[in-house]
This record gives sequence, C-alpha cells and structure tokens, in this order.
Amino acid sequence: MEEPLQKTKAATWLSDLPSLMRQSQFSQYWVLLLSVVYFLIFASFTPGFAAPENIGNIFANLLPLLVVAIGQTFVLIAGGIDLSVTSIIGLSSVSGALVMSSDGGWLAGKPGAMIVGVMTMLAIGALVGCFNGLAITWLKMPAFIVTLTTMMFFSGLAIWLTKSKTIYNLPSAFNAIGKGSLLVIPNALLVTIALAFVAHILLSRTLHGRWIYAVGHNVKAAQVSGVRVNVTVTLAYVVCGFCAAVAAILYTGRMETGSPVMGQKILLDVIGAAVIGGTSLFGGHGKILWTFFGVLFITLIDNSLNMLGLSYFTIMMVKGGVILLSALLDRLQTK
Amino acid sequence: MTHSFLQFDGIEKSFFGVSVLRGISFTVERGQVLGLVGENGAGKSTLMNILGGVLRAEAGTMRLNGNVFKPKNPADAMRHGIAFIHQELNLFANLSVAENLFINDFPQRRWAGFSVIDRRTMRKKASALLATLELDFSPDTIVENLAPGERQMIEIAKALSAAAQIIIFDEPTTSLTARETAKLFALIERLRTAGIAMIYISHALSEVMQLCDRVVVLRDGVVVGTGAKTDFTIDQMITLMVGRKLNQLFPVRTAQPSAEIALAVRDLSQPGIVKDISFTLHKGEVLGVSGLMGSGRTELGRILFGLDPFSQGEIVIHGEKLSAASARQNIQQRINHGLAFLTEDRRTEGLMMEASIADNIALAALPSFLSTGTMIDRTRLQTALTNIAETVQLRSANMQQQRVKQLSGGNQQKAVLAKWLLTAPQIFILDEPTRGIDVGAKYEIYRLINELAERGASVLLISSEIEELIGMCDRLLVMRQGEITDCIGREDFAQERILRGALQTSVPQR
Repeated sequence: MEEPLQKTKAATWLSDLPSLMRQSQFSQYWVLLLSVVYFLIFASFTPGFAAPENIGNIFANLLPLLVVAIGQTFVLIAGGIDLSVTSIIGLSSVSGALVMSSDGGWLAGKPGAMIVGVMTMLAIGALVGCFNGLAITWLKMPAFIVTLTTMMFFSGLAIWLTKSKTIYNLPSAFNAIGKGSLLVIPNALLVTIALAFVAHILLSRTLHGRWIYAVGHNVKAAQVSGVRVNVTVTLAYVVCGFCAAVAAILYTGRMETGSPVMGQKILLDVIGAAVIGGTSLFGGHGKILWTFFGVLFITLIDNSLNMLGLSYFTIMMVKGGVILLSALLDRLQTK
Repeated sequence: MTHSFLQFDGIEKSFFGVSVLRGISFTVERGQVLGLVGENGAGKSTLMNILGGVLRAEAGTMRLNGNVFKPKNPADAMRHGIAFIHQELNLFANLSVAENLFINDFPQRRWAGFSVIDRRTMRKKASALLATLELDFSPDTIVENLAPGERQMIEIAKALSAAAQIIIFDEPTTSLTARETAKLFALIERLRTAGIAMIYISHALSEVMQLCDRVVVLRDGVVVGTGAKTDFTIDQMITLMVGRKLNQLFPVRTAQPSAEIALAVRDLSQPGIVKDISFTLHKGEVLGVSGLMGSGRTELGRILFGLDPFSQGEIVIHGEKLSAASARQNIQQRINHGLAFLTEDRRTEGLMMEASIADNIALAALPSFLSTGTMIDRTRLQTALTNIAETVQLRSANMQQQRVKQLSGGNQQKAVLAKWLLTAPQIFILDEPTRGIDVGAKYEIYRLINELAERGASVLLISSEIEELIGMCDRLLVMRQGEITDCIGREDFAQERILRGALQTSVPQR
C-alpha cells in the first residue's frame, strides 16, 4: 500500500518543480548564480580565464550581443520572433560606412558626416523593423516567414551594395564609440547601459511596454481590452531593429570597417540568450535583466570553451544543448 | 422474454457534487425516432455522452439488446453501433468525401511489400454508400466544397459505414436551409424503415412533433415527461421544460431606470449575423437579451463594442452617432465612450491566464493612469487596484504575484469585472457573466450589476439562463436567428413566453 502513494508524491513534486522555480525569488537570479558558479569553477583550473585581458574580452563580446538581445526580448515578449537582426547589422554597417568612409564615402571628409552616418544606421534598423512589424500585423503573415525572408533580402542587399567588399577608413570619432573609453569606462559599456536602462523603463513602466506583455499573453483578450494590437506589435519590431542598428554601430566602430557579413553568426546566440535568461518563446514573459543574465552565460560558455581550444563545431554543439534545455524548461513552465 | 433495443435504467451522474442526472429511465426501439427535449443544462448532452462512452454513469445501467452496455470509451461505443452526429461536424474539410468516410479504417492492399491505401476499393465502397443515401456527388469531392447540409449527410454516411445501430442527432437542423432540412427528414424516414434506432435532440419542437415517434422531456436532470408523440402538444412540452419555481436568489434592486437614453440602436444589420435590430437602453436600466446559442445575442454585443463590423443602421451612444463606416474596430473609442464588454469566454477573450491578477485588472484602464507622457503612474494605479479588488470582493494575498489561472472560476470572473469597473463604464455589456461559476460568486456578481444600475450605469445582460434574466432585468429582448422577436417588460415576464420567442418554429411543413 505504501509504494503507490510514494510514487504519486514524487510525481507531484516533479510536476510542481517548474512552478516552484518560477514562484521563488530565486528563479529570477538562478541564471546569474549559474554564471558566477561556472566562472569560479572554470577560473580555478584554467589559467588566464580570470585575467583582466580575458575579462575585457568577454565584455567586448558581450556588449553588442546584449544590445541585439535586448531588442529581441521586446519581440519575444510580444509573442513574435525576429530572425532578421543579423541582416540589419550587416546592412546598417555598410550603409553607415558608405556615408562616412573617407575613402569614396558619400560625405567623405565633410563636416557632420559622422552624425549623418550614425543617423542613417539607426534609421535603417528602425525602418527594417517597421517593415517587419507592418507585414506581420497588417498582412497577418507569420513572423517567422516575414523575418526569415527579410533576413535573406537585406543580407543580399548589403553584399550587393558593397560588391562583397569591406569598407575601411571610417572617421575616428565614429570608431571611438565602439573602441574608445571615457576615462576608464569603455564607451560601448556606456551606450549599452543607457540602452538597457531605457529599454527596461519602456517595458516595465510605460503604457506601450505593458501592452507588449498583454499582446504576448493573449492577443484576443488584449484586443477586447482596448489594446492597439497592431501598433504595439509593430513597435516591438521597430525597437528590435533599432537595437540591432545600435549593435551595428558598436561592431563597426570596434572593427573600424563596414562589412556586409558583420554579426552573421550571432543570430542563435541572441535568441538563445534571451531564452536562457527566461524570456518565453510563447510570449508574455521576459525582462531586460533576465536577458542580461542569459547573454552573460552564453558569452561565458563561448569564451571558456574557446580557451580550452575546442573546435567551433564542439562549441556550437554545447551551446545548442544549453539552449535546448532552456527552451524545454520554458515549455514546462508555460504548460 | 422480449426486451427493448436500448434501455436506460436509473442513470445517475453528478459533476463536483452537483447532481446533473437523476434516475433517468426510458427505452428506444429499433426503427423508432425518439425526441429528446429540454432547456440548456437539462442534462441532454450529459446523457448522450454517457451513451457515447465519453462519460461514465455513477449508478444505473444501460442495456443494449438486453445485454448490459458499459462503453469504456467513444471507440468502444462506436464498435457497439452507436454513432453521434454532433452539432459541430467532425469532418476533415481538406480531405475528400471518400477519405472522410473511411478515415478510421482505410481499405488497404499490399504494394511492393508495403501496406498502402487501396484507393480503387475505397472509391467503389464510397460510391455505393453515397448511392444508398441518394446523394449525387462524387466521392472525390473535397469536403470544404460541400454545403453544411451535404456535410451532415457525409457524417450520417460515415455512421452507416461503421454499421451504426443507434444514431444520435444533436440539433441537426440549426445550420441547414429549408431544402436541406427536408432532405435530412427524408433520409431519417428511410433509416427508420431500415430499422435504425435514432435519438433526436432539438430545440425546434415542431420538428420533434413532425419526426419523432416518442418524446422524452428532461428538466434539471430528471425525466419529467415521456410518451408517444400523440400524448403531447408543443405547449405542453414547453410547460414541462420550464415548469419550476425560481429557486435562485437575486438581490433586490430598489432604484428605477431613468427616462434618459444611454444607448440607442436603429435598424442595425449585418448580413447573416443580425437583422434590423432596434432598441434603446436607458440610464440605470438592466436590459436582458435572451435567445438560443447562435441567435445572434453574442454577435450583437460584439458589434456594439466594435469587435465586429455592421453594414447598415446606426448606434447612438450618449447622443453621439456611430455609423457603419466609422464604428468599425475601434475598441479604444468605445471604452472612451464608457462602454465595457465582458465576453462569454473569459479564458480566451477575457483574461491573460498566465499573467498576474494586477496586470489583468489594470489592462483596460491603463491609458487613464498615465502621468508624464506614456509613463504609468504606479502609485495611483496601485491604490485603484486595491480599491477595485475590495469592491468586487476579490481576495488575494498578493495581486502582483498571483496568477489569474490559480483563481477559481468565480474569482476569475470577478477579475474581469474589476478590469472593466476600473474604466468606470457607463454602458456595460455582460455576455454570460455567471457561466460556470458557483452560486455564491453568482450572487455577488448580481449584487455588482445592481450597484452599477443604481449608480446610473446601464447594463445589457446577455444570458442563456432565463431565471437569471427574470431575476435581474427591467426589460427583456428575445432574439431568434439574428432578429428581435419579442420585447417584454418586467411585469410580463414568463418563462413560457421567453422560450416561445427563442425557439425556432419555422420548419418545412409537409
């Protein structure tokens, strides 16, 4: 008589686990905790992992990734997905370079070239995002297909624009955004912190932010409650495109070149980081802070396995496994 | 010893301690059509689900051909020859007629060692089956190209192909044209001659009188009348169906509606949905809308709230006209005009189940809680949330953390009410506000409706519970097939009159 009773107990405990994890305060920070533990363990047996140069390296990789992932978080919370972010980075990078470059750029050497260049980059991100959003809301097309095809189109356009070449000789003031520092603090860090702060406020404190959550939770209920669904969803994609363009500025400045294939490999890291952080692929749940934790974790994995000298493919496999596990956890929690 | 073909003997069933079927006993013979009638919630579906193996009876026995019949699941019931023609047809619209007919049991043949579908045999069998039913379309027709009536015929053909002995029809004529209905009746005649037993569930009592040999009337889970069709008149059936005292309590309202008009609707039409709807709703009035499912009562609410379009007529809210062109799909404008709409399905349209109680309640009124630009004034919102939760008596330890899905049905409904009360509505459209909630929560919702009316707001109460409408409303509109068929003042409320207005009476007469 005892045995079946125990079995059911164990079963309930297991099925309660996800909700327990979600309810406890602990769940908010467990990815951060995981990152810290991972860092400490790894640092203890890998010389150079905790060295200042490597930590600088980790952050250099982390910042632009975080900027893109912040935008993606908006879209994921609204219940969508944006696969076109990498193409936005490439297109934005070459467009800015074509405006600013002193080597045959449109405004080469003219005063204000840098301002116009940066504006062009940001505008391209916002416009592509706007196009994605309008196609998804007005034409009622699936986000996956819309952003997959815009990714192909704009990646192609970026290469076509530059005839597959990279563009050098950008204004040094522009490069300083990605490379330089204010006293000891890197400019890229300042830009990222400012963007993360604004994004956090936008999501948690403003009407449209709350509407993004509502749309992700239940579109029908949101519509009945007076939420302007189309505007809200489009806004999420505009923010996402804008963030990708900001990341393009950081990348382009750091590399001092405009390249059409810039950031092409980070797409799954971006979505993966958001999901690892706890943002739901089913919409409605997510926070900027969580996304930061997710980006931190995935950057640590990337960097540490690189230091071990593992091949690119092995690292892909490990990251894929971690992202799959997080997605599984997400499924269990939203069941 | 002779025994009946199908016999129900003392069937009992309850859900969560509420008894829904008590001591149901009657019989059905081969070649007989039995009419099963009763109000919504009388227990017809539950009983048929027990017969169809979906539910299990708690007491009593069913006998099929004299043998005890206890279907383990729907497939088991089907094997014993029981077929259920549902209101919503279970066909695959993207497949052909032949494929639908044999979806459970495709004829197969071997091809290069593999078992593949034998399309030639399937077509031949399907053609033969269609011929016996005198249906004149090809078995290759894709089902989505068929009219609703033809689809129903396919369902029946499917039942016959599975060698059905007992066919249950649940409201088969609601989506049929008069010609299709006549065709269906002719088919039922042929099935009767072929010795099939049939149970015919319908609100269209004249159809029941025309088709059936015997009638069973259910009310509150009890058989209140049974006999040959000649023993009944339609009026007697209606009296049996509703014949009960009001057994629910309703809070007393003292205030009277004012003469001032809050909402006027003139000649509102949308093809196939509603036709020539005109009525006025006064300040402080509770106006009921009664009608069967599909009568257009919910659709009317959706049109008024701007969720669905209308092609003709006008809606006047507090003296401001909304024409067909300007009124479409602008919920925000409706909310600004003081409208609120509690939808009939709170899970899919009312609530964000995974979100917190606070987020849910705040949603509709958020635009009125902005401080600078688009920033939300969180302190003001928090105070308002606490107050409104108090008003609707929604108790929660932590509104910010607790998810709505963890609440009971009654408390979920209170959360939806709170969401709309926060917008301070002047005209509140409530669609089935007490569906699926317990008696205590019902009473509190009634109390809130009365409070609203006393404060001068107007309420449009859409409900399928006639008792509720009689207990709560000042006036009552009765809808049938998209039209208003009756408007009854409080002094003339009578269940029989309401039901008569709601029931379909137009059937092809032969």
